[in-house]
Amino acid sequence: MKQFFIFVRKEFLHVFRDNKTLLMLFGLPIAQIVLFGFALTNEIKDSKIVICDYAQDNASRQLIDKIAVSRNFIVKEQMIDQQQIKSVFQQGDVKLVVVFPNNFEQDLLHSNQAQLQVIADASDPNTASTLTSYISSITSDFQQNFNAGNQMQPIISPEIRMLYNPELKGATNFVPGVMALVLLLVCVLMTSVSIVREKEKGTMEILLVSPMNPLTVIIAKAIPYFFLSLINLTVILLMSVFLLDMPMNGSLLLLYLVSSILILCALSLGLLISNVTESQQAAMLISLMAMLLPTVLFSGFMFPLENMPVALQVVANAVPSKWYYIIVKSIMIKGVGFLSIWKETLVLSGMTLFLLLVSFKKFKIRLQ
Amino acid sequence: MGDIKWACTERLNSDPMVDVSVQNISKTYDEGTVKALSGISFEVEKGELFGIVGPDGAGKTTLFRILVTLLLADAGEAMVNGSDVVKDYKEIRSKVGYMPGKFSLYQDLSVEENLKFFASIFGTTVEENYHLVKDIYVQLEPFKRRRAGALSGGMKQKLALCCALIHRPEVLFLDEPTTGVDTVSRKEFWEMLKRLKSEGITILVSTPYMDEATLCERIALVQEGQIMSIDTPDGIIARYPDQLFAIKSDNMSGLLRDLRAHPEVASAFSFGEYHHITFTDKQKIAEGASSFLATLSHHNLEMHTITPTVEDCFIQLMSHDGR
Amino acid sequence: MDAKNIVISAQDLTKQFGDFTAVDQITFEVYGGEIFGFLGANGAGKTTAMRMLCGLSKPSGGKASVAGFDIYREPEQIKRNIGYMSQKFSLYEDLTIKENIQFFGGIYGLSDRVLKEKSTDLIQQLGLAEHAHTLVGSLPLGWKQKLAFSVAIIHQPSIVFLDEPTGGVDPITRRQFWDLIYEAADQGITIFVTTHYMDEAEYCNRISMMVDGKIAALDSPTALKQEFAAETMDDVFFQLARQAKRKSD
Repeated sequence: MKQFFIFVRKEFLHVFRDNKTLLMLFGLPIAQIVLFGFALTNEIKDSKIVICDYAQDNASRQLIDKIAVSRNFIVKEQMIDQQQIKSVFQQGDVKLVVVFPNNFEQDLLHSNQAQLQVIADASDPNTASTLTSYISSITSDFQQNFNAGNQMQPIISPEIRMLYNPELKGATNFVPGVMALVLLLVCVLMTSVSIVREKEKGTMEILLVSPMNPLTVIIAKAIPYFFLSLINLTVILLMSVFLLDMPMNGSLLLLYLVSSILILCALSLGLLISNVTESQQAAMLISLMAMLLPTVLFSGFMFPLENMPVALQVVANAVPSKWYYIIVKSIMIKGVGFLSIWKETLVLSGMTLFLLLVSFKKFKIRLQ
Repeated sequence: MGDIKWACTERLNSDPMVDVSVQNISKTYDEGTVKALSGISFEVEKGELFGIVGPDGAGKTTLFRILVTLLLADAGEAMVNGSDVVKDYKEIRSKVGYMPGKFSLYQDLSVEENLKFFASIFGTTVEENYHLVKDIYVQLEPFKRRRAGALSGGMKQKLALCCALIHRPEVLFLDEPTTGVDTVSRKEFWEMLKRLKSEGITILVSTPYMDEATLCERIALVQEGQIMSIDTPDGIIARYPDQLFAIKSDNMSGLLRDLRAHPEVASAFSFGEYHHITFTDKQKIAEGASSFLATLSHHNLEMHTITPTVEDCFIQLMSHDGR
Repeated sequence: MDAKNIVISAQDLTKQFGDFTAVDQITFEVYGGEIFGFLGANGAGKTTAMRMLCGLSKPSGGKASVAGFDIYREPEQIKRNIGYMSQKFSLYEDLTIKENIQFFGGIYGLSDRVLKEKSTDLIQQLGLAEHAHTLVGSLPLGWKQKLAFSVAIIHQPSIVFLDEPTGGVDPITRRQFWDLIYEAADQGITIFVTTHYMDEAEYCNRISMMVDGKIAALDSPTALKQEFAAETMDDVFFQLARQAKRKSD
């Protein structure tokens, strides 16, 4: 047992003496969160929008003026039909189109209800949602002042359509994705690189020739990264809750528990990678390829899985971060308990167990 | 088949003085295309300082890795300290000390941290076997807080030796401990080995430097995966078949060319200040060297008989292996 | 060694890394066509000095010229006029003999025509005609070394730097390699060589011995042995290297 602790201590020393490792461990998550956070909180100014006014009446004029004086928008009026909207977006600099239907004022005066069509280019979902929310607030401000003498409040309901990304993954939805990405990336990278480094430097030879059980070596190697990842997770959580106003509605304990499973999963993947590679660069490359792409593509936080071909949806099921993403969203945003996520947790645990067994089985007790 | 194997193991274990025994070990790499070892056999006695002498690519590292259980041989058997290198690999791993050819310590840990770490993974402490490494470690002590990566070549070797010794192994395997180390450090290193030998530790050491061969009790000369000769250094030298002469003149490179073209000269190789030569007709030379010298038109010619070095023997053996 | 034309001259050449002086004001000259042995213990500063002379590293002080070019102002010309061969990197193992020759000739700017001629000549000379399309990785060590050396002098440099060219090589191949060195020296190429084998020190015309970043001795092997009342070069080296203060760091 003493051997084991000495080994763990040595691993910590390696980590703390290597600035590159430290940067990877803590710089990466912080950079990610800050990056996403910055994109979320930044106010959008002077965004070019097109307003298409089929009504051409008093009410529409007033609302257009109100939109035009807002510092968020630069308004260009243009009569276009539905088909042309796409080509307007494709030119790139227009992010939003507002369409006033015929009889806008009449509807408003007679039935106290009017429709307003707001079409956003949601290929950049953050911008799209921010811009539509600006429109909504200007509209609601407008309707309160319109016909102020009247007892009945008129209601304008902006009918919002998101092009390209109809689901509009909300900004907060990124955080669980980033968590999955960072945990996987850091753990897989660190374990594989640290084991391969021993191979490359020749120290693995000495360790193998020592009476120390190879399994002990592996577990001792994994432990520091396990704990550092938990610290990492805490940093991400603190930042997302306090900096990005991410809700934390569910059980914190449950979140840490599930995250531990993902970390274990990542550690065994790293171990597997270290088995088949001989150089640190190769280990790094494989880790990046094997983690970054599937997580970004298939966990559902960048691209909605529902829109993918069935074959790819099946592939996505094999990606651990997909399940973790669902679980974290459920816990943090919906605030559900274990009963609602047990299925996903079971899948993730199964994967972890499988990877762990394979990597132990594959670990070589000799050089060849 | 079982009977034969039993008989063989029995023989290996029969001599209590034998500490390492290798029987017909072969090893190939890349699916048999690269031959590293072809049927090597030898025995090393308890407490012996045994040298494996040969150039890069002779198979030294492969042999050591098989003996310390890091590689499996394709064929043959080997026992280390009474344990089979395949079946009893766990026992061997707790009994041997191994120093790989490449400096294999943690460069980012200090001298002291390295030593402590290796002591503990072998389940011992630095204090327990301090007497073994004391002579070496006192030289390292002033730098004990320095990171191993910042040590000079000679100091690194010393630290690596300390780490390989700290659990008081029964058998010590040193793979090219002096490669890339300068003469002074090399001399010091061999003195340390002699002291260790007096502690009763069996030492197997490999080296590409022929001049180090004489510092071992017995040596195996290896070349291309085969043992060319195995004996004490004196024994190997005594077996040199010819009378060897050393010859020099003012123009050494010209002399070498002339010697090689000379019909009476069987072999000519440069050896530092002199060229070492042998003759086709031994009798004739014994009668009069001066008549031979007269056939060479060189200034300040000087020739005398000498005792061969291990390197002469190595060259002679290599030439006879059909080079 | 005709009329002692100087091909390398160093004056107070110094290299500092922080407060550590790796090379400490060395002054020496190397003459055209000689075999110059550059010896010293590990960490004495040999590699650092050699790097400066090859134009790979900028000195902290002093002056030096190699093949008539200043090491500060004209490192590119120096690189064009020297050859370099080290133990570790010499040839691409996954290229054939011919491809290696053409690649290295190419990077020294030989024209296609010259290159074609040269590579055919070279392969012929080395007796490797049948193996021109063999991968270098599968050649015996001795051949590889010959080839590496020939490639290092393919552009007919005036000086060739050899950094421990014979480390770990068998005794016969090692001697064959020195035959090549002699041949090149006879053609007038100056040889600047480092080695750990003391018998090889004897093959040099002159030897410099570095201790603690300084040149502690410089002369012919015979003169050095006389000066130190030593039987062998090994002994000379031992006496000098033992004075080193830096050796234990």
